[in-house]
Amino acid sequence: MTELALIVVATALVNNFVLVQFLGLCPFLGASRRVEGAVGMGLATGLVLTIASALSYIVDRLILIPLDLAYLQIVAFILVIGGAVQLTELMLRASAPMLHRMLGLYIPLIASNCAVLGVALLNSRQSASFIEAVFFGAGAALGFTLVLVLLSGLRERIDETNVPAPFRGVPITLLLAGLMSLAFYGFNGFARL
Amino acid sequence: MTREFPISPAPHIRPVTSVPAVMRTVLVALLPAIAAYVWSFGPGLIMNMVVAALSAYAAESLVLRIRGHDAWRTLSDGSALVTAVLIAFALPPLLPWWVPAIAAVAAIVLGKQLFGGLGYNLFNPAMVGYVIVLLSFPSEMIQWLAPRGAAGDWTHLTLLEHLSYAASGRLPDALTIDGVTQATPLDLVRLGLANMQTVQEIHVGPLFGAYGGTGWQLTTTATALGGALLLVRRVISWHIPLAVCAGVVLPAILFYLIDTSRFPGPGHHLFNGATLLCAFFIATDPVTAAASKRGRLYYGAGIGALTYAIRTWGGYADGVAFAVLLMNTAVPLIDRATRPRIYGRV
Repeated sequence: MTELALIVVATALVNNFVLVQFLGLCPFLGASRRVEGAVGMGLATGLVLTIASALSYIVDRLILIPLDLAYLQIVAFILVIGGAVQLTELMLRASAPMLHRMLGLYIPLIASNCAVLGVALLNSRQSASFIEAVFFGAGAALGFTLVLVLLSGLRERIDETNVPAPFRGVPITLLLAGLMSLAFYGFNGFARL
Repeated sequence: MTREFPISPAPHIRPVTSVPAVMRTVLVALLPAIAAYVWSFGPGLIMNMVVAALSAYAAESLVLRIRGHDAWRTLSDGSALVTAVLIAFALPPLLPWWVPAIAAVAAIVLGKQLFGGLGYNLFNPAMVGYVIVLLSFPSEMIQWLAPRGAAGDWTHLTLLEHLSYAASGRLPDALTIDGVTQATPLDLVRLGLANMQTVQEIHVGPLFGAYGGTGWQLTTTATALGGALLLVRRVISWHIPLAVCAGVVLPAILFYLIDTSRFPGPGHHLFNGATLLCAFFIATDPVTAAASKRGRLYYGAGIGALTYAIRTWGGYADGVAFAVLLMNTAVPLIDRATRPRIYGRV
């Protein structure tokens, strides 16, 4: 039990996929303009991350490794992720059409979010059991959603009229992301209890 | 026709709270802490302050000149000086000059001016500067001169040796930096616990005083005294200091009661490191703190709790700077959640 809690803390905070491993930066910058959109994007990506890490673990252990096809990992995982994204899009369209319209193009783009593939690949290397793989994915999802929502809050607060002209838009957002990354250094050393 | 007695709407009697006046009060309130620090750890603090202040002013005037703003108006508000003084307080007392200089420039440029200057910055500038040099110069940042009364304390160095170290990063051949520096009480407890010693075994020795470390208890008590002045003069309200202290002290008491040999008590956490400096002078920065009273309680408690967590389970001896930056990222969301409702609005 503590083991699983540690996995979540370690993947969500200590090795945060966005701020420490620098994966999944395009939705981090693209979908963080408004808090509401960021929450929706975070939840959708989180759902995909968790489903995809569970499915890719099954595919890896039950199909690829027994058949000695580990070199097909990337192709197989992308297929799994694509399926998980499609599933999430159908669910969102049926259950939350407003959110679906707001996120628009970003939902199919989850499929090309490198954090999702990164989690699936790291999972096949690190996780010892199916439960661990699911919690690894859930921790990554939690961490992604957390930093996405935090960044969107900060971006809403920036008064762009006072930012020096060359730094308006993406540069000041990258500076914010860098400062958040500095702050997350504080979690260094956690989860080795 | 000119009117000799211009009439303006109320209020006619205004409180004198301008930015320069507030900054002056903050600097005056820091004087007891400066005196106690210099008495305990030597004149290095003053040197760091001078370097940090000069670098901060140089960086700020350069940015303002590039942007074509009126440099004098901004420079004279005193906020850069407060940032520089807080950075010097957070840094160890004996450092080569480039460490405080880089911290101050990073604080002013990355932490403040790129966001549009004072009032628009989202992160506490002093803590941005401090964390950048903490990550860039990790070995220099743990070299604290031994406090007055400990073996090989700072009085063994002459003022000239202080200055030459600050200028060159080297000491005279007969001395090594390890001979005049000591781990801080927070470091000692962290390392000792990692080596399976109990708190009671670590707490013997000349570096530990009645309630805080030697030198530290005097400095931090003086800091709290200055903080009390800020409270009396109503420069800050009680919410953030109380919440920060509670956020550190309550978990400290809880874990202390669970196991006194593995978790040092609340006095250790309150009167060592930067807890009290943060509670009164850093976390209370009105620009980067939460806006509402309730929000400020959450903000302060979050800083305190994160500080305790980083000190106890994290990789750094003192977690104040990281705790402040982490809670700075959460401020917009805290403000959203604690926005006061307008009465009667649906």
